[in-house]
Amino acid sequence: MTGATAGWPLWEVFVRAKRGVSHVHAGTVHAPDAELALQNARDLFTRRSEGVSLWVVKSSEITASDPDDRGSLFDPAADKSFRHPTDFVLPDEVANM
Amino acid sequence: MNMGTDPAQARFDELIDADERIEPRDWMPDEYRKTLVRQIAQHAHSEIIGMQPEGNWLTRAPSLRRKAILTAKVQDEAGHGLYLYGAAETLGTPREELLDRLHTGRQKYSSIFNYPTLTWADVGAIGWLVDGAAIMNQVPLCRCSYGPYARAMIRICKEESFHQRQGFQIMLDLANGTPAQREMAQAALDRWWWPSIMMFGPPDADSVHGGQSMRWGIKRFGNDELRQRFIDATVPQADLLGLTIPDPDLHLDEATGHYDHGPIDWDHFWDVVKGNGPCNRSRMETRVGAHERGAWVRDAATAYADKRAALVGEVQETAA
Repeated sequence: MTGATAGWPLWEVFVRAKRGVSHVHAGTVHAPDAELALQNARDLFTRRSEGVSLWVVKSSEITASDPDDRGSLFDPAADKSFRHPTDFVLPDEVANM
Repeated sequence: MNMGTDPAQARFDELIDADERIEPRDWMPDEYRKTLVRQIAQHAHSEIIGMQPEGNWLTRAPSLRRKAILTAKVQDEAGHGLYLYGAAETLGTPREELLDRLHTGRQKYSSIFNYPTLTWADVGAIGWLVDGAAIMNQVPLCRCSYGPYARAMIRICKEESFHQRQGFQIMLDLANGTPAQREMAQAALDRWWWPSIMMFGPPDADSVHGGQSMRWGIKRFGNDELRQRFIDATVPQADLLGLTIPDPDLHLDEATGHYDHGPIDWDHFWDVVKGNGPCNRSRMETRVGAHERGAWVRDAATAYADKRAALVGEVQETAA
């Protein structure tokens, strides 16, 4: 497509709702640079005071795991339920553990 | 369950059957992708065009507060369009292409927006009835099988409920106002009732794509069922306003608990969809005009970004 915006990259937007919680993915904006990406993200994702902090990251900078690899990628954890505290059954008398 | 020999198809079917979400990098049938691009994009176009009938009253809202509220509502519609374009883009079609399809008439928008807002009461009727019907359609879409669309719908639904309350508040104020205000509210209801119930689309028996969309988890309920739910919810609201719905055949069926209604003029509906509604041309001219008149802003932003990037490049070269 022709036009000025054809070269505008896509940015992923992350919003921190309040101090103490982490930034959560909210969606995407198009912008020619980081400054406008932040402005557009502010206009699009925080009209209802949803955030105290914004991150914008060019979508092309994100490396994602391949869905087809999920089996082998996450397999090592599958047989290690002992990483969960509930896997240990202690006598009822044991308190605070 | 479809036991396709192709493992990708089998995986897709497994996810759909388990009511799990399909995400952008999952394999999906071409038709599923195409159907979603079209549906999500047309939904987005509807939001953008929908800014116009209400935008018409921004400068004439009866008080500063109502002006601010209407501005917030119209901003929300722009935002909803943007969430939806974002969701459509995850399926591989660039933003410019989606806008081009709207501007050249290759994709449509909801034909409810081809009607004019003749009075302030129309702004109230739109919030009450049109946004009300939209909510009825959109809540099930929050559970649509395609992840990005479902998530966009959840955001949209949260914001949409203020829209319906804004509209109903306007209708309440007018219905409880002077006789002239009451008449204006009734006239708006008379104009917007039938187009609003047509928003749910033709009867299921006449709906071509409904079946496949249901099987793929894109559509959760039939048009007739959603239309009935909307009518059942809205009739008591009209009673509360003391206004009369313009359907002499409308009555409560004691046996079913549902409101039966008169015949819907589907010929008129298709005529408007084909381009013969009161505002079809005006909506497109305004949209395309706004896009073209705003080109200098986009050009300036691009030029500035390019200039700054070049400057950074120069500085880095000098430093090296």
